[in-house]
Amino acid sequence: MKFRNVIMGGIALALATMSGLPGQVHAAGKEMTIVIKDHKFIPEMIEIPADERIKLIVDNQDKTPEEFESKDLRIEKIIPGNTKGIVRVGPLPKGEYEFVGEFHEKSAKGKIIVK
Amino acid sequence: MIGSIIIVFREVLEAALIIAIVFGASRGIAQRTYWIGGGIVAGVLGAGVIALFAGAISNAIEGTGQELFNAGVLLTAVLMLAWHNAWMAVRGRALASELRQIGQDVKVGVRPLAALGIVVALAVLREGAESVLFLYSLATSGAGWPSTLLGAFIGLSAGVVLGWVVYRGLLVIPLKHFFDAVSWMVLLLASGLAATAAGFLYQAGVVPTLGRQIWDTSNILAQDSWLGMMLHILVGYTDRPMGIQIVFYLVTLGSILALVHGINLFTHKKQNASLS
Repeated sequence: MKFRNVIMGGIALALATMSGLPGQVHAAGKEMTIVIKDHKFIPEMIEIPADERIKLIVDNQDKTPEEFESKDLRIEKIIPGNTKGIVRVGPLPKGEYEFVGEFHEKSAKGKIIVK
Repeated sequence: MIGSIIIVFREVLEAALIIAIVFGASRGIAQRTYWIGGGIVAGVLGAGVIALFAGAISNAIEGTGQELFNAGVLLTAVLMLAWHNAWMAVRGRALASELRQIGQDVKVGVRPLAALGIVVALAVLREGAESVLFLYSLATSGAGWPSTLLGAFIGLSAGVVLGWVVYRGLLVIPLKHFFDAVSWMVLLLASGLAATAAGFLYQAGVVPTLGRQIWDTSNILAQDSWLGMMLHILVGYTDRPMGIQIVFYLVTLGSILALVHGINLFTHKKQNASLS
């Protein structure tokens, strides 16, 4: 009973937050895909234009879940095995932004270069 | 195994610190152990459910489901903590003096206990779901279940011990100042959680950044160092905050302070009126 309330509360709040703050959602422009396979990103480096919002589709082709995390981009998102996750990147100033797969930090590393 | 010890400890740390503060905030209240224990159990069960449905949640609402869910969980906890501080402003002084006089736990209504139980459940839920997914990922991609689970157990135990030490540390504060001190900790905790929620709302594209990086203190105190992590949980320290996070932090801080101050003024007036 309590647990259901908690969950419902969380969902209700999420919905309230969304409906309460309309008009801020940036239309995600370009779509790009990055694949996770054998706990590595393919490609490990992607280039995007400066000052544009990109919809990045992270396609986790491993069986295991992965967390797409980037301190530089302020993103952390769990992507279960064999599913695709959507993250929104930018608009960003020129520079290099690193990201990792937090669950396999040694092998899953990548970079976004903003030009 | 080291990997699972560290990750589980890191996740447990946040929940453990929050539970320690909540245990402090409910000091002297009869039946608090049931409510907080119930919160932990509910949180663990919830974490399992969330982990199972991670895919569905993640891709709901145009791929922003996970971010909005996290923000919702965090903001619900913020509301509960704010409510508790308001309740403490009304009842705190009486509670402290009753405790001193009677020397045994005081019975209060269900609501303050439920609020704290929910805070605990949400903390365990958030950190637990991530731990479950990580452990599953680690175990099935080579490490194997026995060593992963042993590592998780060690990490969990270390987190529980740390939470207990923090709680014992809180009890050192004299009873006279205890509830004031805990209210401040709850206030800073709530503000920090609100700032974290702002990060998820930005990620979902719901709020603007209002400045991508207001300051950068990552070379003085990195947020992923142990001290940085502790301060992040306790007072909301962020090494490279966005403007929107600072706004959420200050608005939460200001609102709770104003609420508590207003309640204090009101009850003070009432007491004066009843004296004259």
